[in-house]
Amino acid sequence: MEKKEFTSKSPSETWDIGALIGEKAMRGELYAIYGDLGAGKTQLVKGIARGMGVEDWLYVVSPSFTLMNIYEGREMNLCHVDLYRVEGGENGDLNVEEFLDEGVVAVEWAERAVWWDGVIKVYIDSTGEEERKITIVRE
Amino acid sequence: MLVLGIDTSCDDTSLALLRDDKTLLSNVVSSQVDLHRVFGGVVPEIASRKHIELIDGLYKETLKEGGISGSSVDGIGVTAGPGLIGSVLVGLCFAKGLALSLGKPLIAVNHIEAHAMSIFLEREVEFPFIALVVSGGHTIMLLIRGFGKYQVLGSTRDDAAGEAFDKIAKYLGIGYPGGKVIENLSAKGQRDYVAFPRPMIDEKNYDFSFSGLKTSMINYIKKHDITDDNLNDIMASFQEAAFDVLASKTIRAARDLEISRIVVGGGVASNGRLRQIFVERCREDDIEALFSSPEFCTDNGAMVARLAYQYYLEGTTSSLNAAGFSRMKIH
Repeated sequence: MEKKEFTSKSPSETWDIGALIGEKAMRGELYAIYGDLGAGKTQLVKGIARGMGVEDWLYVVSPSFTLMNIYEGREMNLCHVDLYRVEGGENGDLNVEEFLDEGVVAVEWAERAVWWDGVIKVYIDSTGEEERKITIVRE
Repeated sequence: MLVLGIDTSCDDTSLALLRDDKTLLSNVVSSQVDLHRVFGGVVPEIASRKHIELIDGLYKETLKEGGISGSSVDGIGVTAGPGLIGSVLVGLCFAKGLALSLGKPLIAVNHIEAHAMSIFLEREVEFPFIALVVSGGHTIMLLIRGFGKYQVLGSTRDDAAGEAFDKIAKYLGIGYPGGKVIENLSAKGQRDYVAFPRPMIDEKNYDFSFSGLKTSMINYIKKHDITDDNLNDIMASFQEAAFDVLASKTIRAARDLEISRIVVGGGVASNGRLRQIFVERCREDDIEALFSSPEFCTDNGAMVARLAYQYYLEGTTSSLNAAGFSRMKIH
């Protein structure tokens, strides 16, 4: 198991940490993101988009309403999923694994679904009003 | 001329029949609020399944209310996006089926443009104007130079305004729909009780951000006891912060571009306090603030029919291959 920890002191530092993830992200990876309301999950995905070369990364918005947004990166797509409104364990209908051929999948509110072995888990913990501990765990 | 309008972009299955530009023969909206109250939000898969279950019956209801048969419809307008893609596709596929079987043209429209133009169901508005569409799923500012001639000036960079309201209401467990609950509580509250931040208010662009405001609110809730005594005041302060930014930036855009009319649409536009702020501040700048009636602010088929009617008149129809989409290109 590989574990990496980062500290972010602001949303823009969270973008930078996301960008580091995005730059190294590989096709077929699924990032399951865990964190409370307001932790900065969308901010982290914005950063991942920046790192993947998504041109309008600044407009990566919360997909709570649309459930899923697809962005075109430099070399592959970023599929941004949000399970905030899914409470009945119906993630099976989403078929996110289909998108892994096209690029990277990042899932907000990942605790609302059951994942397979090998997904990369990202935990965002509030350690202060603005400060966040971001832990990336690769099994 | 008769146009059918269909919208299934989020939780409501909506159909309407419009004769010419303003005569609404029927306007049917299946509010799923009762079902979703249980879940504290829209449950997407249930929403798209509900659309499938409801759409055929509601289509028949719409014809019956309008007192006409399907064969007398001249065109079929439908939302192709943006929205919850599974839901959008239910309406789009149904519309394609109708267009094919009735032999009438399909007119696929943009949900955001339909909101921005919904005011034309009730009155004419001189071009150009600035349209702000603000709802649970969208917060977007457009410059409108005519039907089909619009340009995105700005949009939210994270949460939609209504989404932030819904999430805070759910976080506090005070009810659904969050926007309406917060409006009601706020009406009895003191708006300057908490000095919440006004994200991006001074930045020289027309974009919005509401996730920072949401986080400030959560931080406030964690540090303070929320009681029946201060809940109204906290909600009023939160609502005021969001509306202050919406009004300030939209009015600044109108001033910068020397445009003297602002039209506000989308679900949040039915909020009484938002309307009041826009009217008062626009008056100071000699700008006219206009709103659709509340029944046309929430998602509805009538606005889709109105926009489709215009496109039909101008000879712009869609092929049966028209694709649905979830996200609106900003630039």
